[in-house]
Amino acid sequence: MNIIVCVKEIADPEAPSEDFRLDTDKNVLVASPKVLKVLNPFDEQAVEAALRIKDKVGALVTALSLGKGLDRVVTKKPVFMGADELILLEDDAFAGGDSWSTAHALAAAIRKIGTYDLILCGRQAADWNAGQTGSGIAQLLDLPCVTVARKIEVTDGKALVERVTANGYETVEVTLPAVITVSNEIGQARYPKIQNIRIANKVQPVVWKPADIGMEPLSAGSKGRRLTLQKLFQPVVEGTCEIMQGETVQEMAENLALTLRKAKML
Amino acid sequence: MTEYKHILVYGEIIEGQLGAITKELLGGARRLADELGEELHTLFVGSHITGPAREAIAFGADKVYVADNPKLGSYETELYMGVVDGIVGREKPRYLLFGHTDQGADLGPRLAFKLNMAIATDCVELSLEPDTKRLIRIKPVYGGLAMAAYTSDDFPQMATVRPKSLTPAERKDSAQGDLIPLDMDAPLPSSRVTVLERVTEELEGIKLEDADVIISGGRGIGDPEGFKQLEDAAKFLKGAVGGSRIACDNGWLPATLQVGITGKIVAPSLYIAVGISGASQHLSGCSRSKTIVAINKDQNAAIFKYAQYGVVGDWKVVLPTFMDKLKALE
Repeated sequence: MNIIVCVKEIADPEAPSEDFRLDTDKNVLVASPKVLKVLNPFDEQAVEAALRIKDKVGALVTALSLGKGLDRVVTKKPVFMGADELILLEDDAFAGGDSWSTAHALAAAIRKIGTYDLILCGRQAADWNAGQTGSGIAQLLDLPCVTVARKIEVTDGKALVERVTANGYETVEVTLPAVITVSNEIGQARYPKIQNIRIANKVQPVVWKPADIGMEPLSAGSKGRRLTLQKLFQPVVEGTCEIMQGETVQEMAENLALTLRKAKML
Repeated sequence: MTEYKHILVYGEIIEGQLGAITKELLGGARRLADELGEELHTLFVGSHITGPAREAIAFGADKVYVADNPKLGSYETELYMGVVDGIVGREKPRYLLFGHTDQGADLGPRLAFKLNMAIATDCVELSLEPDTKRLIRIKPVYGGLAMAAYTSDDFPQMATVRPKSLTPAERKDSAQGDLIPLDMDAPLPSSRVTVLERVTEELEGIKLEDADVIISGGRGIGDPEGFKQLEDAAKFLKGAVGGSRIACDNGWLPATLQVGITGKIVAPSLYIAVGISGASQHLSGCSRSKTIVAINKDQNAAIFKYAQYGVVGDWKVVLPTFMDKLKALE
């Protein structure tokens, strides 16, 4: 069983909003140096899904990431969690891409890796929230794709997947190889274990440039974009909250009831 | 000039009825079609759906394509994509719009890559660039911390649109349009994905997305017992209970009740946020509520910036007192 997990390094999405500044000239959201780089939480859960399969039926798990100037500690986290190999598509040419150029690069890398039964991605990245990369890879490699999985079981060349829906879930069977995108309902990702760290320290990332995956630098990253970001802006928040007053918290709570009743909201 | 013309909406029939998202897409797309001076078309795929699909005419569609076939009874990506791809190839729509729903969020990106087109997902606003007739697609990014406006150059220009972000079309009995059944005699391709079971984990009471009043809890609630208090309050207010992602991930309430970017998008008249700090990804799911009330002991919590009314205090004290007072006022 060979599993490839695609992971993205992003600025910590849980960091307070005041630590991000909008640069309207460059159309980017700049994170203050305080904001840590992390793995996209959904991708971390995709790693968890891969490792659960590895624990159960055995698998070689390869983590695959893309970017420029990737943080070696962050991108290596899947290996510390228990993944076996790490491949980084790392080059200036890979920077500033959209779902289009990213899916093309990842698909090209997966083709080069060659052996795979399962490709896992997070359902979306917590920065641009596009949620397209998994479906894109599947289409480019002509594989079936199941999105937003909350449970994956592998048997006999097939995967049984519970897919999250608006009102519950559906159970689907998909033939392997396949792409599955993982949702947060799968549960908490594991913490790196001490015994893994020694093994992980020996794992050196394999770094591929666009040429290594047969990609023209002009079709990678920002040059390969298909969506143009015209403008990035922040909606104005009115901030006119009427805070209930009172001597005690009880009095404030009663005032809330009175206020809402008076405004005929309840 | 492009040969691509008209707007095509991917319609959805939910439980035998025209889906709320489809009415919203028809509403938003009608305005764009009028601005373009072009037609609004819609496509439905499924089994036994012709009746409800016809309803789309009353909601503003000029043409309604229907792929009605017993083999299309349950949604499966590649199967449905084949049908949509066929129509797109024939119709050459200028814009192709999906809901950002179970189906649309899955189908839209896959089809985009098949068509070799860019797609913007989870958009909340669509407008057109007058000179180029390009579709400007606005969507929240960084969990709602900022909004991004996207354009692309090729046609069809594609988007998935977040539920409850466009004003729905209103029903007009007098509206005229054509219903066009699609020839479905050709054998459908065998599928690599089989749906074995579809489970509804719907809870009793008012549905979260239909509720007029929602009382929602976050990390501050602390345990499942806390949510029982919220449920009692919701029952009294004839509303529904929701929660933040953290509350759902902790198992304090079912995942189907999550409000936020990866959960439900809600827009009730009254949204009472209890012990919710106001992470952007959560606010993104409830910011269209008419009135937001925040109960939180941290006066600096971001939720107070979005709320119209607030109480700074421990919800364990505030909520019971608030409910008692409401009952006394009955």
